Amino acid sequence: MGRAFAEKVLARAAGLSEVRLGEIVDVYPDLYMSHMASWRCIRTLEKLGTDKLYDPDRIAMVMDHISPARTAKIADDQRLCREFAARRGIKKFYDVNAGIAHVVLMEEGHIRPAMVVIGTDSHSTIYGALGALGTGVGFSEITAAWVTGKLWMKVPESIKVVIQGPLARGTSSKDVMLKLIGDLTADGATYCSVEFHGSYTEGLSISDRMTLCNLAMEVGAKNAVVCSDEVTRTYLAERGVPPDRYTEIHPDPDAVYVKSVTVDARSLAPQIACPHAVDNVKPIDQVAGTKVNQVFIGSCANAKYEDLVEAAKILKGRKVAAGVRLLVSPASKEIVQRTVKDGTYSILLEAGALITNPGCSACAGDGGVMADGEVTLSTANRNFQGRMGSYNAEIYLGSPVVAAATAIRGVITDPREFLP
Amino acid sequence: MQARGRCWKFGDNIPTDRIVRTDLVFRPFSEIVQHVLETCNPEFPLKVKPGDIVVAGKHFGQSSGRAIAAKAMKHTGVSCIIAESFARTFYRNGFEIGMPVLECPEITAHVSDGEILVVDIDSGRIVNETTGRQLQAKPTPPFLLDMLRAGGLIAMAERLAGEG
Repeated sequence: MGRAFAEKVLARAAGLSEVRLGEIVDVYPDLYMSHMASWRCIRTLEKLGTDKLYDPDRIAMVMDHISPARTAKIADDQRLCREFAARRGIKKFYDVNAGIAHVVLMEEGHIRPAMVVIGTDSHSTIYGALGALGTGVGFSEITAAWVTGKLWMKVPESIKVVIQGPLARGTSSKDVMLKLIGDLTADGATYCSVEFHGSYTEGLSISDRMTLCNLAMEVGAKNAVVCSDEVTRTYLAERGVPPDRYTEIHPDPDAVYVKSVTVDARSLAPQIACPHAVDNVKPIDQVAGTKVNQVFIGSCANAKYEDLVEAAKILKGRKVAAGVRLLVSPASKEIVQRTVKDGTYSILLEAGALITNPGCSACAGDGGVMADGEVTLSTANRNFQGRMGSYNAEIYLGSPVVAAATAIRGVITDPREFLP
Repeated sequence: MQARGRCWKFGDNIPTDRIVRTDLVFRPFSEIVQHVLETCNPEFPLKVKPGDIVVAGKHFGQSSGRAIAAKAMKHTGVSCIIAESFARTFYRNGFEIGMPVLECPEITAHVSDGEILVVDIDSGRIVNETTGRQLQAKPTPPFLLDMLRAGGLIAMAERLAGEG
């Protein structure tokens, strides 16, 4: 019987030749990511009274979520992390200027195919964009992994998602995922490994793969993956990681899946997740015309270089509607540099955008929050009540081009109006 | 391990953002507990008592993996959370911080607000004392029960370190 991606990767990381579905195994992750919550890990380590670290090179810390510090307490927490990293020789330490942890670690070449990566963030599923198994855990579990090197994991069942391309006009990986989330519902893949297959994924950019794997969290997935291929190898080579520094793991052709679902991207319209649930998804014509106060282009789902370029194509030579705030938070420092260099940054500024420093920004409630009764159209991955300021505010989720078109009109707008 | 308390019943897909509002994440627990689950049931943070039991539908604790949501539940004094299913991060975080969480797909059909539940955490046996109805939760792996008995992952690690 063939084995799916997660079974093979977990067997490798557990040092076993084979694992069974549902079996609980001790896995030795290849990387432990912690963001600003790293200070909690450090305090917990102090409480444990041990100096021993299993492998400092597997520890990665990125000071995202709240960056730069907005209170003296947070500044103190960040200093603790900074000093700990220096003292303990943590080489993969990225400070408040770096951007969102997930994107930074991929850009820096730290994520490779077949790795098991655990992170103090539920969207750690994103690492599947490079053929790795990424999953979120709490900070105490990261601390325990720092010391013991291991973590318990249950071998998950796998769901096969087949995406038929090419994409319909005016749509993107975001629309594909919103459609899938609406179809599968918010708990449709709970505890499961999600594998993306189908013609749409062949040759797909790493940026779009990040969006797919990131948003798989919103169907409850344990991890998600687009299996590594030539696109992955090229991305890694550009980041200084030659093929002899990693192995690749692919599912067997006869792997067994608990469920198989198909998304037909060829006939897709732009999709919107409406308040207050990620699976409350509608085609854009059902919500077009809804007035917004704020548009947010940000988050690990959709603030990558390609996302900003797509938004800028629509915003070029146009202005954000009067009374509407357009907040843009690039995902990383590298993305800021690229957009400055190619003029995208200026296009956004001239259109009236407020461009923040790279980071989680409004998605983590760090600035850009809403007052009572306000509405935001966001490219992020969550629209729960209380996520972005007032409980009496609404968040709609859409793609970067939907965000750009909506910012111009001040109401939720079909981006196809602006496309050739 | 046993729990006995009044039932507070909630619906499906309760996100961590509604357990602890994002703008309260950095506030002390004394303040957080005054708002836990308030948009789902405004009475809950005001009237929850130590020992009470929270019952929920599918996918409790979806959204963020932050353990603070599970911790906030623990700080309210709730002795146990029983749901039809959990978001996997919330499930892990429960054991990590020493808060018993049990999965019982039939639970919401057979309990109501205010009824008294008695739960044997080890065996997963649930008795609704008010109605007499008996239910069986999915079994919890023994090593996770050990973690609960120790008071959570770090407490267990401390104990193991102490034993050398």
